[in-house]
Amino acid sequence: MITTQRSPTGGGGLQSPRSPSSQPPFLSISVTDPAKMGNGVQAYISYKVITKTNLPEYQGSEKIVIRRYTDFVWLRDRLFEKYKGIFIPPLPEKSTVEKFRFSAEFIEMRRQALDTFVNRIALHHELQQSEDLRTFLQADEQTMERARSQDTGIFKKKPSDLMSIFRGVQSKVTDVVLGKEKPVEESNPEYDKFKKYIFELEDHLAEAQKHAYRLVKRHRELGQSLADFGKAIKLLGACEGDALGTAFSELGAKSELLSIKLQREAHHLLMNFEEPLKDYVRAVQSIKGTIAERANAFRQQCELAETIKLKEIDLNKMRLIRSEKMLDAEHEYEELKVEGQEATRRFETIVKLMNEEIVRFQDQKTQDMGRAFHEFAKGQARLANAIADAWRSLLPKLDSLSVS
Amino acid sequence: MMDFENQGFEEAHLHASRGEMESLALDDDDNNSNSGNDNNPSSRSNGVSNGDGSQHHHPLSSSLPFAEIPTTDDDDPLLSSSSPHQNPNSFNSLLEPPSYADAVFRSFDGDHGKQINGHGHGAVSTSYLSPSSNYLKISVTDPQKEQDLNNSLVPGGNTFVTYLITTWTNLPEFNGTEFSVRRRFRDVVTLSDRLSESYRGYFIPLRPDKSVVESQVMQKQEFVEQRRMGLEKYLRKLAAHPVIRRSEELRVFLQVQGKLPLMKTTDVASRMLDGAVNLPKQLFGESVVAAAVDPNDVSQPAKGGRDLLRLFKELRQSVANDWGGTKPPVVEEDKEFLEKRNKMQDFEQELSNVSLQAESLVKAQQDMGETLGQLGLAFVKLTKFESEEANFNSQKVRAADMKNVATSAVKATRLYRELNAQTVRHLDKLHEYLGVILAVNNAYSDRSNALLTVQTLLSELANLNSRIEKLEAAASKIFGGDRSRVRKIEELKETMRVTDEAKNCAVREYERIKENNKNELERLDKERHDDFFGMLKGFVVNQAGYAEKMASVWETVASETSGYAATSS
Repeated sequence: MITTQRSPTGGGGLQSPRSPSSQPPFLSISVTDPAKMGNGVQAYISYKVITKTNLPEYQGSEKIVIRRYTDFVWLRDRLFEKYKGIFIPPLPEKSTVEKFRFSAEFIEMRRQALDTFVNRIALHHELQQSEDLRTFLQADEQTMERARSQDTGIFKKKPSDLMSIFRGVQSKVTDVVLGKEKPVEESNPEYDKFKKYIFELEDHLAEAQKHAYRLVKRHRELGQSLADFGKAIKLLGACEGDALGTAFSELGAKSELLSIKLQREAHHLLMNFEEPLKDYVRAVQSIKGTIAERANAFRQQCELAETIKLKEIDLNKMRLIRSEKMLDAEHEYEELKVEGQEATRRFETIVKLMNEEIVRFQDQKTQDMGRAFHEFAKGQARLANAIADAWRSLLPKLDSLSVS
Repeated sequence: MMDFENQGFEEAHLHASRGEMESLALDDDDNNSNSGNDNNPSSRSNGVSNGDGSQHHHPLSSSLPFAEIPTTDDDDPLLSSSSPHQNPNSFNSLLEPPSYADAVFRSFDGDHGKQINGHGHGAVSTSYLSPSSNYLKISVTDPQKEQDLNNSLVPGGNTFVTYLITTWTNLPEFNGTEFSVRRRFRDVVTLSDRLSESYRGYFIPLRPDKSVVESQVMQKQEFVEQRRMGLEKYLRKLAAHPVIRRSEELRVFLQVQGKLPLMKTTDVASRMLDGAVNLPKQLFGESVVAAAVDPNDVSQPAKGGRDLLRLFKELRQSVANDWGGTKPPVVEEDKEFLEKRNKMQDFEQELSNVSLQAESLVKAQQDMGETLGQLGLAFVKLTKFESEEANFNSQKVRAADMKNVATSAVKATRLYRELNAQTVRHLDKLHEYLGVILAVNNAYSDRSNALLTVQTLLSELANLNSRIEKLEAAASKIFGGDRSRVRKIEELKETMRVTDEAKNCAVREYERIKENNKNELERLDKERHDDFFGMLKGFVVNQAGYAEKMASVWETVASETSGYAATSS
């Protein structure tokens, strides 16, 4: 749950002139209570999404809806399409392994990631105003389902979208035919540097995350072998008897106790260190998506510019020969020019937004990682202290037993 | 097996990754923040003598100031090196895997030394007899290849390895205080076999395996090194045994130059062949010839093989014991012994289970350390990457945080490695005792074999007796006497007399072995108590010590990143 505050820099605040001045505007969401629904292959997990707000755009101060993973995917896709240039918060992946899909750990990891997802949207000064967000947070299940299913398929796309798709295909074909297969790219050295940075960053992060995940596993394995060792030593103690037997049993018991602590730390490590790293990786992947969108927008702009130029040439030809199609052609030309301006505007918006987003991203990640590192260190220190305490506490007992 | 041998492989692997780590710039604040009370900046790399004087130079040791400081620390007796008059409480710093010499190493065993007496560590410490300060210290070094000039059918063929066996002692039966001989593995086998014969009923330490498979599979150098270590351990164990250390066999082995003057063990086939040659004489020959078998031979187990007839008889007896309806003539009566033997069997089973789990524990600790290292490495790379062309201040901050975590992870890795080395050392005691139990089982076998011999002879006596009686009964019926029968009776009576003598000999032998068993068991119980307590305490102190060091490392990072905690959502 994150509360939004009106910030003086306007970076993260809600713009809501109509909200009562006594209370700052807030939008607080939590994703909780995972529950298994349905049976067999159709089974899925549903989550309770609780919204608390005083924003006027929302109906009422508290709303609870039931959502499933695909609803979140819908929201993410809508935002991705509508808010090009903004780094949309990442979603946790679909589960590929069937067995794992309903394990308690997986569900908890997913729930946490989904909670983070919606709250990041709520915190973002642009995204939080999205109508789709409001739908997601408030609509009843049927409406949600309708919205979800409507949005697939090409037939629901707007005509202008279709046109641009066709034109895109057309120009691609032309390019191929004319041998111009290389995609048109920006020549912006700073942006190139950024792209390179993002791609390399993903690799580095993925490796760190891989080792973090292994570390979790190692904790579990060590815990298990401590448990086994403890049990075996206890049996040895039972067979031995006397002071030595007691010593063995005490050691075995401590070993088993520490095994539990290790398992607990493994979980803590997973949730508070490995998952944030994974989240970082996802965030970088989401940025790659935005990079692709920017490339698309740039290409569209270029293609339209090309098309306009060609059209202009055509038009001048027609003017010379006083063709009867000239009026139509002029008309088209004007339309194209407007579209061209649109495309340019779209592209420039993306560039502007991205620049802001990059700053925000770096800041946010430093905070997120800092927190993750802190939790990691805290957890390791806590575990190490517990281990030291447990063993130290055994020493006086051992001493007294050894002389008895 | 938790062999020290395996350490070598692990080390090599770790060296590689460590080298990698070290090549990425790590701060020297490493040295300063090596946590805790580092008043013992002692290094293993100098203090260790592997007998052959080799030192394992550590790739990392140059980067830290502590590494090359010789071990002259007065406070900590554990870390003083190779003087013969070593503190009986010192653990085996001589046989220590000499690596892990980088970051500050400190043995945490300091405060438990009182538990140990010199005997306990049969394997490696210099042996002390509690009252008088007698010592018998042995080292095995300098393997050399030599030619077997006598037996080679192929010219320039048959080579073997000899080892230099050096002894330092003040025991009176040795003439001298320091001397060396060269021995080969075959000589050790001979020594071991002769000891088993002379010291029946004793818990004689087991010699190293012949390792036929390993000698083929392993690299020659590694195999030789493994064997050298095994021999050293074995001889030291012998030297630690209060009775065996005074044996003539051992003395001869350690001291007599040139060829080992102990009777060689012939292989089983030849023995059986000898036995087969004698068998007809035994079966069909005159009873006088049969009687020429020395009754004192019964003081050796029949399985020696030369006396096939005896072998068969004892085998028949043991079958009769197990399957026959009647109780054997004399049985194991000592209830206490039987109880202890059963207990020993249970103990053996549980011990081998613990030993197995201990191996997994060590492996898990090792894996943990490795993964921490890899994680640290990944973050070091990330740090470099982020700082290389940082556009934003937030990136620089993040890079600094990452570096913090990375260096701590690397420190933790080193701690885990050291922890593991120590854990192996302590828990190796478990393995050692499994070997001891084998020796005990051998001693118990000696006892049952001796008993079987007694039983066999008693059966034979009973048998002879009944034959004599039958013959006498038959002969008395014949008027005037039966010359052939009478002669037969005389022969049988003679055989019976000899057999009776043998029986007495066997009984004496059996009683002697029983006494040995008893004494050894008492000695073992006491040693076991001390050894295991030492092991437990060492293990616990070790775990606690390293955990505290690690806690300190991570607490530093936690406090340095505590600013972020305040902004948690």
